[in-house]
Amino acid sequence: MSSERTLTVARAGREAVMWEMQNDSSVFMLGEDVFAFGGVFGTADGLGEMFGPDRILDTPISETGFIGLATGAAMAGMRPIVELAFVDFIGVCYNAIVNLAAKHYYLSNGQVKVPMVLMLGSGGGYSNGAQHSQSLLASLAHMPGSVVVTPSNAYDAKGLMHSAIRSDDFVIYSGQKKVAGVGMLGTPIKTSMSVVPDEPYTIPFGVANVIREGTDLTMVGVSWTVHQCIEAAERLQSEHNISVEIIDPRTVVPLDRDAIFDSVKKTGKLLVADEDYQSFGFTGEVITSVVERDPSVLTCAPARVANPDLNIPYSRPMELRVLPTADRIVEESKKMLGL
Amino acid sequence: MKPTADQRKAMYSQIVRSREFDDRVLELYFADKMPVFDLAKGVIPGEIHSSHGQEPCAAGTMPHLSLEDTITSNHRPHHHAICRGLDLNKLAAELMGKKTGYCAGKGGHMHIYSVEHKFSCSGIIAEGMGPAAGVALANKMRGQAGIAVSYMGEAAANQGAFHEVMNMAGIYKLPYICIIEDNNWGVSVSKKASTAIERNSERAASYGVYGEYVEDNDCDLIFEAMARCVERARSGQGASILEIQTYRLKGHMHGDQMAYVPQEEVAAMKDCVVEYRNKLITEEVLTEEKADEIVSQQKSEVDAAIQFGLDSPYPDPDDAFQNIYAGVSP
Repeated sequence: MSSERTLTVARAGREAVMWEMQNDSSVFMLGEDVFAFGGVFGTADGLGEMFGPDRILDTPISETGFIGLATGAAMAGMRPIVELAFVDFIGVCYNAIVNLAAKHYYLSNGQVKVPMVLMLGSGGGYSNGAQHSQSLLASLAHMPGSVVVTPSNAYDAKGLMHSAIRSDDFVIYSGQKKVAGVGMLGTPIKTSMSVVPDEPYTIPFGVANVIREGTDLTMVGVSWTVHQCIEAAERLQSEHNISVEIIDPRTVVPLDRDAIFDSVKKTGKLLVADEDYQSFGFTGEVITSVVERDPSVLTCAPARVANPDLNIPYSRPMELRVLPTADRIVEESKKMLGL
Repeated sequence: MKPTADQRKAMYSQIVRSREFDDRVLELYFADKMPVFDLAKGVIPGEIHSSHGQEPCAAGTMPHLSLEDTITSNHRPHHHAICRGLDLNKLAAELMGKKTGYCAGKGGHMHIYSVEHKFSCSGIIAEGMGPAAGVALANKMRGQAGIAVSYMGEAAANQGAFHEVMNMAGIYKLPYICIIEDNNWGVSVSKKASTAIERNSERAASYGVYGEYVEDNDCDLIFEAMARCVERARSGQGASILEIQTYRLKGHMHGDQMAYVPQEEVAAMKDCVVEYRNKLITEEVLTEEKADEIVSQQKSEVDAAIQFGLDSPYPDPDDAFQNIYAGVSP
């Protein structure tokens, strides 16, 4: 019998990768700094030693090249896991992602499968500047042909990673860096850590998790902002006796629109929090999916807390002003509730 | 390794087959787009990049590849698809956006896929290289037979993907061949204006791979050069760049008047259908009669394929919602 273990998101995801690699010889990892370094954010920590350089394959700094290679390997029946340390780098490989990996299945009318996982580190909040702090969730989710996974806690990180590796679809696994709980980013966010079973398990894509049940207001967050919502909900509860329901979609593609709608139907109020640039993004999509189904379920205008369409400044006070925070979520919630 | 008489006849046959196909496509393409040219009109809508003149690049290389091998093609895929042995009916139907096409109309001229032929395309310049090299990597990792070949134009060698993928093909010693069809033009920009070196095959030195250049679109020399590259790939000696001087007879795409190509260059362009036929007749591999027989045989197969396409139904509009994901409901 194994004892209960509380893991970080990064450790839990890595455990799934390890299990799949031990049990399926078609699974391998490639990317920058994966072999000796274990991935810039520890996603492949120790895997190099365990599986050797042929299955934990270091690549040159050639993103369009190695994502193209991974696509081909997947087309040939392998299950590559590609590590791209920063989502900000998609600028140099967006073609391989959206025109190769995400298109072959549909264009071939289902003849060609691309069972590949693209792992990337996203998000800011630690003064890493505008080119190493973006979320870019909408830029990934907007393009058809990929699944986009966004775990907010360790339990989901493991289950979703098992699902991603076993999926016959191209899966983008977006790991928020502050949520990952890696050493270099300080103390892990408490609510991101969870008890993780030893044995493998899967979590289906497109099924939201109700993080907290409530009756007065629905908050929808994604990855890092889930935790900001939790903090905000606790404060609203203790300071104003407001009961908040928090929905974590866990995958933004496919998006569990039903779960979001059902919650808003119950509470009548919707706030969406996202770290990405606000316009044309996740917050608008979530709100629209409720409004276009039945606007009458809303008792007041919905609210959103996201990056107000600004490049992310380096300096702490400015970065904290631009990125979403629990404070902003509380503030917006109070406006909606007339407090 | 020189091609045998039978192999040369077969290559001629393939060149003719591809040409007959492109000729019929060309005819149909313009038949219903006039008097005011409209890309959206007609039984074959959209852009068409025909293979007129470049057929030997496929006909001379494909005989060395088996169905274990993988091919990625580019925006100009007809000669590759035909010489690979794809079904003409399904190919014609795909160009017409019909339900009976290889991708049931989802792909079109620049996106032909056939899993049984391990054949796929990317219309984005040089981006077919990564997937081909990736298949080579997968085969190598699993200890499986099978090499991978990508086809592209000489202008694609100026893409970042070319550098990235060739570099990795060198590092990992991949059983991969990058075939460059040097037709001297990247749309309207000449090779000379695009790169300061004469031959992209020389770039092989910078990746630690093998490079070879074949002059004058000669099908026999292409066959021989490809034999060397394939032998290297199959025997674990790694990747190659095979560049072939060829001729783009009908411009970048149908409708391109090639006003930017100097007159003397146009006059000097050689037509491989004529050249190779004459060569084989002179060398007594073929007679006029036998050559005519090949032409009429291929012509009738192409005609039947075109007719198959014309007679085929369009997909139901709602078929657009099929095969979006392999396992997920969107």
